[in-house]
Amino acid sequence: MGKDTVDVSRREFVFGSTLIGAGFSLGLYLPTGARAGTVPPAGAATDAFPEVNAWVVIKPDDTVVIRIARSEMGQGTLTGLAQLVAEELECDWSKVTTEYPTPGQNRARDRVWGSFSTGGSQGIRGSHAYVRKGGAVAREMLVEAAAEAWGVPRAECAVADSVITHQPSGRTTSYGKVAAAASELFPPEQVTLKDPGDWKLIGRPVKRLDTADKLNGKQVFGADLKLPGMLNAAIRACPTFGGRVRHFDAAKAERMPGVRAVVRVGDDAVAVVAETWWQAKSALDALPIEWDRGTNAGVSSASINALLDEGLDADEAFIGNQQGDARAALQAADRVVEATYAYPYQNHATMEPMNATALWTPERCEVWCPTQNGEAALEAAAQASGLAIAQCDVHKLHLGGGFGRRGAFHDFVTQAVLIARQLPGTPIKLLWTREEDMQHGHYHPITRCRLTGGLDDQGNLTALHARISGQSILAAVNPGWMQNGMDTFVFQGMLPDGDHEISYSVPNLLVDHAMRNPPVPPGFWRGVNVNQNAIYLECFVDELAHAAGQDPLAFRRKLMRDHPKSQAVLDAVAERVGWDEPPPANIHRGLAVCKAFAAHVAACAEVSVDDRGRLEIHRIVAATDPGYAVNPQQIEAQVEGSFVFGLSALLYGECTIKGGAVQQQNFDDYPSMLISEMPKVEVIVMPSGGFWGGIGEPTIAVAAPAVLNAIFAATGRRVRQFPLKHVDLRATA
Amino acid sequence: MKLNVNGELIDVDVDVSTPLLWALREQLGLTGTKYSCGIGVCGACTVLVDGRAVRSCITPVSAFTDSQEIITIEGLSSDNSHPLQRAWKELDVPQCGYCQPGMIMSAAALLKRKPQPSDSDIDDSITNICRCGTFNRVRQGVHLAARIGKGGKV
Repeated sequence: MGKDTVDVSRREFVFGSTLIGAGFSLGLYLPTGARAGTVPPAGAATDAFPEVNAWVVIKPDDTVVIRIARSEMGQGTLTGLAQLVAEELECDWSKVTTEYPTPGQNRARDRVWGSFSTGGSQGIRGSHAYVRKGGAVAREMLVEAAAEAWGVPRAECAVADSVITHQPSGRTTSYGKVAAAASELFPPEQVTLKDPGDWKLIGRPVKRLDTADKLNGKQVFGADLKLPGMLNAAIRACPTFGGRVRHFDAAKAERMPGVRAVVRVGDDAVAVVAETWWQAKSALDALPIEWDRGTNAGVSSASINALLDEGLDADEAFIGNQQGDARAALQAADRVVEATYAYPYQNHATMEPMNATALWTPERCEVWCPTQNGEAALEAAAQASGLAIAQCDVHKLHLGGGFGRRGAFHDFVTQAVLIARQLPGTPIKLLWTREEDMQHGHYHPITRCRLTGGLDDQGNLTALHARISGQSILAAVNPGWMQNGMDTFVFQGMLPDGDHEISYSVPNLLVDHAMRNPPVPPGFWRGVNVNQNAIYLECFVDELAHAAGQDPLAFRRKLMRDHPKSQAVLDAVAERVGWDEPPPANIHRGLAVCKAFAAHVAACAEVSVDDRGRLEIHRIVAATDPGYAVNPQQIEAQVEGSFVFGLSALLYGECTIKGGAVQQQNFDDYPSMLISEMPKVEVIVMPSGGFWGGIGEPTIAVAAPAVLNAIFAATGRRVRQFPLKHVDLRATA
Repeated sequence: MKLNVNGELIDVDVDVSTPLLWALREQLGLTGTKYSCGIGVCGACTVLVDGRAVRSCITPVSAFTDSQEIITIEGLSSDNSHPLQRAWKELDVPQCGYCQPGMIMSAAALLKRKPQPSDSDIDDSITNICRCGTFNRVRQGVHLAARIGKGGKV
């Protein structure tokens, strides 16, 4: 990337510098440091100090407060975004803290902080330019303030680590001393961003800014919030999707200890409000509810599977990628290989169940919640409140996991507000049980894929047809993003170009989608559609290599000449793992590669399968090229975590449907992998520059296929239905 | 009834069938101990009782006497000076952090029993779920804490 010269709109920065902190007139906050889960209001730390611009507040003691619009949910974006601002700000990193502006403040300031949406591995790659610009503008204003105070030209001043030096005289001052004056200045009309070669903080493996409070119980998650006078709510919605409450008998529950109210919530749920959550939950357990299960009562996994199987053979399908004439080339092929894979519904299963706290009065509605998209949470709150959006605000709290569940969906906010409306003036904290969370997800969509490949007499791949049948996320969640009825997200990892481009050149290629939408709500689930698509493609390419009698690495490389960055990550893992040498005794290897969320990723798994069919994943070597690597140690953490998420899905992840409802209830029947199952992970971070790729999700794509291909190498057996907990891996090829 | 929590004898006014987790969180304001599954599987609610790891979400307060020492994450140290907290800080172990108090308390119970645990001790003792996927840093953290506990440097 060359130097970025960017125009700075004056409008963006001249809004009142004291706006942060407005809207906290309810006086609900306890002193910070109280040991119950109390939090200071966002912005409280900086209320007393004028901002230099929307992104930066500097206190007289030189503390730097960087405002972060995106949500921290473990992925490290808070620290990475602060690094981007601080790089241009030239501030002392050891003095950096962060805070969240509220979505209401963003609205009132014409979205000065841009999007709050935190998904699609967009946190850094979607905002790097304007947050760096925010840092650069603030730096220029601070230096200008010092120059004006000294009566010297700006050009004679240099800055580093929050210290401004007038070079000819050697005089110095600090950001904290000039911040108030800087806040009075107009921002410069243009700033020049640093060349990546000059970065000092971007690219350094600095420690996270948010670790300390997570080690001693001080971190306040949404579920931990406590407000004065607050009551607690537990809720149960109709387990059958689309069902409603027919009747409930509140009499017994209302007499139970601590219970203050038993209320209907919308059409489909009943909540108990009590002094403590345990009392609310206990009373809810004793509450008889009669459901009208509606039209989906007969939906089952069997009926859904039949629907998807029909789609595999359907004449009509949306075309996501077409090169040459795959059908004709398959007819002409020397050999044809065919396989059908199936991927189940899966739950996000964040460790912190869904929750939100709401306070409603006829004049105002405030919500405190963990959310991946504060602006969407605000819209949900406003809609449920019956008030104008300007009368509402949302205060973002730390997320105990997101994975997509808390981005596009704020059903928990809607419910909390609907309960709070029935108890005006009383803050209500709604916390779902794990069972409610398991049964009312927005699930990883279900699809199947039949792949047909044609080889010529030299074993070259001449044609490939991938027919996907199954559920569209966009049709349910975001129809406005569809293109003439087509959901392009369905093809992630197999598209002709863009962030989710297929990593292979196949002369005759057809990827198409027969959309079949069962009445189970789908959602964006960490990795979205590359999770299954990379299994489909990478396992089938492995099948083709085997059918052609060729080494899986060599077979792939022949197809990757036009995809050098994907080939580079694949080569890197092959080299590190020693692909050219035989593996240790009883160890077997599998490869996978993918481009996802604009990053190139690859993995090689080493596994063993013993004679009782017991799988052990010993080691995974992973490479990622995200273009620019803002914080390499956090990238390593995300790559390691991606294997836990992807392998938990492969080993255990499955929601089955009966009576139109999810059958799984909790972590006993929806397990997640444990430390004892965790392989060693070696991470190669190889940023090649020139683009910004995602970090939090891409590697999930290669986790499962690398292991599945290694299982084939170990057992001669192709597993095409998941999760693996159902599969007997004893070698019976 | 009285509970002995983090070195203090505290009156707890709660129905005796209430799980310890909810007495800690809602009566004593100790919200570091987390609710996640409520069935004793995931480990987010783990506390120490007389040095042993206990899943507080399925253990009613009636199961405890005031002579049993209950230690929560807040009682490990509030200034992150415990070897596990120092190790976790050094290695940036947490991601979202929600499971980490339980993870750390499981590790604390292990280190009390085995000050220099092996990898297989860790596999056997730490059965907490982490959906972000911090396991490899948790493992390194336990080993580092063991070295710190022995007088080693961070």
